[in-house]
Amino acid sequence: MDLAFLIVIAFGLAPLAAWLGGRSSALVALVPLALALCFLAIVPPVASGAAVSTAYSWIPSLGVAAAFRADGLSLLFALLITGIGTAVFLYASLYLKKYPRLPRFYAVLTLFMAAMLGAVLADDLLLLVVFWELTSLTSFLLIGFSPEQAMSRRAAQQGLLVTVGGGLAMLAGVILLGQITGSYSLSGLIARKDEVAAHALAPTIICLLAAGAFAKSAQSPLHPWLANAMVAPTPVSAFLHSATMVKLGVYLLARLSPVFEGHATWVLLLTGFGGLTMLVGAVLALRESDLKRVLAYSTIISLGTLVLMIGIPGELSAMAIVTFLVVHALYKACLFLVAGIIDQQTGTRDSSALGGLRQAMPLTALAALAGSLSMAGLPPFIGFAAKELVYETGLAASASGLVVGIALLANIAMVVVACILSLRCFAGPRVETPKTPHDPGLAMLAGPLVLAALGLVFGLAPWLVSDALILPAAAAIAGRPIDYTLSLWHGFTPMLLLSVVTLALGIAVFRNGTGIRLRLAMVEAIPRWGPDRAYDRLIQGLQQLAAWQTRMIQSGSLRTYTGYTVAVAALAGLSALISQGGMAWPDFAASRQPELVIAALLAASTFAVLRARNFVAGIAAAGLVGFAVALLFLFQGAPDLAFTQFSVEALSIVILLAIIGRLPFRDSDYRRRGERLRDGAIALAAGIMATLVMLSVLAQPFDARISDFFRAESLPQAHGRNLVNVIIVDFRALDTLGEITVLGLAAIAAAAVIAGLRRATAGDAR
Amino acid sequence: MNSLILLTSSRIVLPVAMLFSVYVLLRGHNEPGGGFVGGLIAAAGIAVHSLPRGRSALLRLLKVSPKTLIGAGLALALLSGLPGLLLAEPYLKHQWAFPGGLPLSTTLIFDIGVYLSVVGAVLTFLAYYLEE
Amino acid sequence: MEPVFALAFGVLVAASTYLIMSRNVLRIVLGLLVLGNAANLSIFLAGRMGTRTPPLVPEGATTLVGGANPLPQALILTAIVISFALIAFTVILFESAHRRFGTLDTEALRDAEPKPGPKPAPAAAAAPVAGDVPAAETVR
Repeated sequence: MDLAFLIVIAFGLAPLAAWLGGRSSALVALVPLALALCFLAIVPPVASGAAVSTAYSWIPSLGVAAAFRADGLSLLFALLITGIGTAVFLYASLYLKKYPRLPRFYAVLTLFMAAMLGAVLADDLLLLVVFWELTSLTSFLLIGFSPEQAMSRRAAQQGLLVTVGGGLAMLAGVILLGQITGSYSLSGLIARKDEVAAHALAPTIICLLAAGAFAKSAQSPLHPWLANAMVAPTPVSAFLHSATMVKLGVYLLARLSPVFEGHATWVLLLTGFGGLTMLVGAVLALRESDLKRVLAYSTIISLGTLVLMIGIPGELSAMAIVTFLVVHALYKACLFLVAGIIDQQTGTRDSSALGGLRQAMPLTALAALAGSLSMAGLPPFIGFAAKELVYETGLAASASGLVVGIALLANIAMVVVACILSLRCFAGPRVETPKTPHDPGLAMLAGPLVLAALGLVFGLAPWLVSDALILPAAAAIAGRPIDYTLSLWHGFTPMLLLSVVTLALGIAVFRNGTGIRLRLAMVEAIPRWGPDRAYDRLIQGLQQLAAWQTRMIQSGSLRTYTGYTVAVAALAGLSALISQGGMAWPDFAASRQPELVIAALLAASTFAVLRARNFVAGIAAAGLVGFAVALLFLFQGAPDLAFTQFSVEALSIVILLAIIGRLPFRDSDYRRRGERLRDGAIALAAGIMATLVMLSVLAQPFDARISDFFRAESLPQAHGRNLVNVIIVDFRALDTLGEITVLGLAAIAAAAVIAGLRRATAGDAR
Repeated sequence: MNSLILLTSSRIVLPVAMLFSVYVLLRGHNEPGGGFVGGLIAAAGIAVHSLPRGRSALLRLLKVSPKTLIGAGLALALLSGLPGLLLAEPYLKHQWAFPGGLPLSTTLIFDIGVYLSVVGAVLTFLAYYLEE
Repeated sequence: MEPVFALAFGVLVAASTYLIMSRNVLRIVLGLLVLGNAANLSIFLAGRMGTRTPPLVPEGATTLVGGANPLPQALILTAIVISFALIAFTVILFESAHRRFGTLDTEALRDAEPKPGPKPAPAAAAAPVAGDVPAAETVR
């Protein structure tokens, strides 16, 4: 199957999705489902080790190709995107029923899905950047789904600025990589990994690429945008901001892992920021009561875990990454959708105002319980296997105490979040809510139930996903084939002990949850000094800087602009002449010719323009200047120019004199004496510069090659004897075409000004 | 400008100027002249005719808006380059034919385009200043 | 002979820039008129002067030997017409401004960019600090 074709189709499905989704039809879920089936079809060949690829020439001169490649890792992502996409599309058809901007919502959601597919399947780094930015853009549109709300606008802008800013750093890293390898091919890059990793620029490249990935995957301190993005409708949070888009940074890091594996900068950066993110996410999750934001912080913990794991070299970590990735996508999407159901049915999302919902909405409770058990890492759910793998990797890593300690804290927070989503909301005595809840329709329940069931099925039968999906993906991350048997039960190991400790501590924290939450919420340093506030300060500072700079440069005074322009031109010309030794002193002796009279006429008429007391005299004097120039043309072998100049002078005088009746032509210069002196000095400098530059030009020997070409070729090639006309209409006809376009545009622009004036002073002229 | 002298003399000036402008345009390829000068002369002739008569007289004389002349001129100039393109030569490479010794070429079409653009542009400006 | 015209060129430039910096828009128009001529003169000078023969291939010959430099002439010819259009447009712009605002003083013509007041209202202050406050769901 041609991957490029699939992606084009995915983009092309947007109108169909907009039409179906706009009518709140559940059939809209067929769009991602069809794509998911296409990707399922290429699972067998990819699992057997043969990557599917396509390449089209795009910008060959820059070494950029429209190349796509599906290996284990790419295919796993593609299946997650389209599979969870199916659940989300179906869910939203009921959740956002009758919402006015629904067609646009589905169009953007489909475009997002297509861009995600493009990003994970691209085998060209620049192509990856293009799709990467497209996902940022569509995410911006989806976060800002309710643009009339200030919070929504701010969150959309923050998400865009952070992810696109990171994307810019990433682009720089990609270009550096391209400079080293000479092409932007991803598979080519991985084939030459030793050379790249040993290059002197490798640390810089790692930092730049990591900056892009960290921004996208909400690593601390760039994490606030993800929590704020929860203003988006819940399907968007489930799809973009937990299961897929935020994993794109993880994808990039995992994709490049074979190249930089074990590189000191890579390990330090990834483990450092990954661990920090886990801790920050854990603390923030514990002080939060809003269901969606709790889930968002647990997503941040998970993203930190994934980044940390990528920083640890080895095959075990590759297994841990892929398993955790799949598990997280399944349960997190499920729990987000459940949170959306709770929110819609009860009218609140505040976990402290919820409880005992199990009888009112039993099916939702079931989905929530299954998702939470997978999240908490309890057997027989596959979440258990993932957690064990994370602990195993941590125990095997260098500095294992620190890694395991952080992982323990993070997993405790995960258990607490899982308890909030299940026990807090559904168990215990019934708490009154603004609305009376029921189980929602099948369209909204199907997604969470299926996702939760998959967590159980994969846990009971890991071989279903292990050989076909997880092992090939892990092999792509490790850069070599992996032999590992994914199983639930490992016997009595240190990991099992850690799991028991995690669960016990997690439940203990949950039981004292309210106290801990309130105490943490009292810490004012978090909102006051946190990165979210820093973002606001930065944006505010940027606007102040822009205002200051505008005040400095854009004074709004026309003559200040012209004054600066003329002064800079004069000074630049003079300094260049003096520093480059371009000054030339001419010989005036050969100048005694009749044309000197014309030069005198020019100077005299120019002086008359300056001295003109009114506009009529000024125009007459300026006409005299033009007349003198026309005379020069006439006596110096340029009859064409002389005729043109005379005609233009005549027309100018007609037009300029016509406006005299409409303007107060006796008006003064308005300039004060000091201003006149200053402007005079600037003008004098400009005049001196002009003369000196012209003298130095004239001192150069004349290169007549171009002119001689026209002299020789005019008649043979263009059948014309008047060289000037031949140049205008034939040799440089394209220039002339441009010039008559300018002429026409000036006239039409003038007509537009007049039309605007007529409207402004309605009934005046015409 | 309601001058009787201008009103009377312009009746003769207009046809003479138009004839002269076409003559200048046509001879331009071999003698001083061409589309720019020709267009300016024609515009000046029309200006002299319209000054004493007003804007509506100008529009009556032209039959079309001056802006249309700009568009027509630009279109002619653009089209004159197409034959070169069709004959697999660079755009605006002019083509010549000499049926019976009469020199015909896309060069002339291009120059007529220049002529019309100049006339149109100048008259667009002028139309604003003409009194009604 | 060119050096003398180089001096004249300097005079034209000085005069026209002085006029362009004026506060009176009509003086700016005069400055533009002179500046257009200065530009044409500079191109003409740079292509050298010195012959009175126009660049026309004589009857019977196929190439021209000597004669004035045709290239600057072609450049100037279009430039003359363009500077005419520029000035005509400027005049229309200024006249329309005069009709609306009743002034020819450029310092008074600043409707689009008013003089900076005491201090413009800080636009950034409007951005709310969402911080870690629970965000209100926009769609239920």
